[in-house]
Amino acid sequence: MTTVKPSIIVCDATLRDGSHAYSHQITAEQIRAYAAAAEAAGFDFLEVGHGNGLGASSLQVGESLVAEAEMLRVAREQLHRTRLSVHVMPGVATIHREIAGALAAGVDLFRVGSHCTEADITQRHISHVRSAGRHVWGVLMMSHMVSKEVLLQEAQKMQSYGAQGIVLMDSAGAYFPADVTAKVGLLAGALEVPVGFHAHNNLGLSIANSLAALEAGARIVDGTAKGFGAGAGNAPIELLAGVLKQQGYVTAIDLYRALDAAELAGKLFAGSLPNSTGITIVSGLAGVFSGFSKPVQRAAEQFGVDPRDVFFELGRRKVVGGQEDLILEVASELARRSNPAPKE
Amino acid sequence: MSLKKLNVAILGTGNIGTDLLLKVVRSEVLSCRLFAGRNLASPGMTKGSLLNVPVSARGLQSVLDLKDELALVFDATSAEDHARHAPLLRQAGLVAVDLTPANVGRLCVPAVNLAACLDEPNVNMVTCGGQAAIPLAQVIAEANPGISYIETISSIASRSAGPATRINLDEYLQTTERGLQLFTGCPRTKAILNLNPAQPCVHMQTTIMAKIAAPDLPRTRERVAAIVAVIRQYVPGYQLILEPMVEHGRLISMVRVDGLGDYLPRYAGNLDIINCAAIAFAEAVARRRQP
Repeated sequence: MTTVKPSIIVCDATLRDGSHAYSHQITAEQIRAYAAAAEAAGFDFLEVGHGNGLGASSLQVGESLVAEAEMLRVAREQLHRTRLSVHVMPGVATIHREIAGALAAGVDLFRVGSHCTEADITQRHISHVRSAGRHVWGVLMMSHMVSKEVLLQEAQKMQSYGAQGIVLMDSAGAYFPADVTAKVGLLAGALEVPVGFHAHNNLGLSIANSLAALEAGARIVDGTAKGFGAGAGNAPIELLAGVLKQQGYVTAIDLYRALDAAELAGKLFAGSLPNSTGITIVSGLAGVFSGFSKPVQRAAEQFGVDPRDVFFELGRRKVVGGQEDLILEVASELARRSNPAPKE
Repeated sequence: MSLKKLNVAILGTGNIGTDLLLKVVRSEVLSCRLFAGRNLASPGMTKGSLLNVPVSARGLQSVLDLKDELALVFDATSAEDHARHAPLLRQAGLVAVDLTPANVGRLCVPAVNLAACLDEPNVNMVTCGGQAAIPLAQVIAEANPGISYIETISSIASRSAGPATRINLDEYLQTTERGLQLFTGCPRTKAILNLNPAQPCVHMQTTIMAKIAAPDLPRTRERVAAIVAVIRQYVPGYQLILEPMVEHGRLISMVRVDGLGDYLPRYAGNLDIINCAAIAFAEAVARRRQP
């Protein structure tokens, strides 16, 4: 007996998560070229913007080279079948400024995220997008940090605010396949809206975890070309395209064009493609947000401490996405502990 | 002769209002005549009753009914509610101390402009992050004429953020940014707020980052140390944990705020700093009205 595999929504986060890997310096030309390739590949959504989403260009996380409105305009021009999405974090992005701007720019899907225990801060933003007649999903970030029961509770809140999909992000690349099976399985069975999974590759498990998510009932999967994303990167979308096809899942992907898109990304972002390093591995082990890789390395150098120690200390403190400022404090604290005599 | 106390009411019996109540009860110059909210069974109301403070579930109306006996009202409801309350409090001749980010009255940061606010009918206490960041930002801007951009990031414990705080995140950001602009003269400002659910709860931390052409670090450090000492006079738990430094082209400094542990435990420095600021204002009003 053969079972018919369901159809899967594939989200390409290359031009959003990749912002972290490129110190937020992605150019308008790179956006234009890659967006055209993503459209040709038949990915359902292309996410564009700063690595931490709308309004996140900042000294805290890093300033974007290209203004948000320009990024969205350039991508919008290239997209017809593929729809344009953005990441939104309440506490950073506001309705009147950033969401209004993205609505005007013709964004199709708003993925409104919070730390995995704080879903109630997304209420106004989710309901605003719904009332504006656009698509909106809820995103639970750093979802390795809490139990599946807590995730379900938080996901149900987002669903009640009007979210039409829920994505679990493994922001630290800390999941193992069994975690994915348990968490996605519970949510997929209990929610009325489709569930998705966004992997990071810190422990080399991004494809295995994505596949585990699909097998547990996920209907949305995130990837990036060549894994171009924070830390050790994401599930490489060209690998996802191949795996989905081989496993018989129905998608809108044109395999060859998806492979071409990845080759193009390889050229566009040559020298900045993520790879596995001691730092990204420790980041995954410590369960710290992947986007911290570059600032941790900088701070460790400035204070003369081991970046791996910084990651483990950040993990001990249970920092969440967006707390980049704590990196400097932790590095200075470690430097003081290892060298208690006053400097200067 | 003992001091004549200023009669006040507190509107809103959530985390902020209840913490404020404990501070008013302790004050030598303030007397809480009414603690008003919507739900007599709430934990805050219970606390108020235990302290023998008159309580009411009739919110603003109970305050207006008592207006002849009151001089000042702390509003710890929500931005939306305060926008509605403000004109009615004014009509009733009551000084309003607004603890929501409604942004109606003059922004008041005691370390910076307390004296200039004492005749205002309505003062806005900005936000917890604003109270922590604005005095630092102001001295950093004064010490560095080449400043072009200021940003502040606050992290607070999830447990310390009640429902009104959570629903008002956008107003929090807008009010904090407006406060930074107003007090520093810097046209480009940005605020970010992070909620962290870690257990044990994280203490409130606020970071200032600025873009400055040719920063004067020694002068900045001197001015920052001086203003921290001023703030500590009314917020004892305010501490500099990262001296101003330059990293990656940014001037950065960071403070931690330990609360007094009045209603929520000491991690809730965010409640403490905005409430200590509100008390500092109200006590200054009370002292000035002494015969």
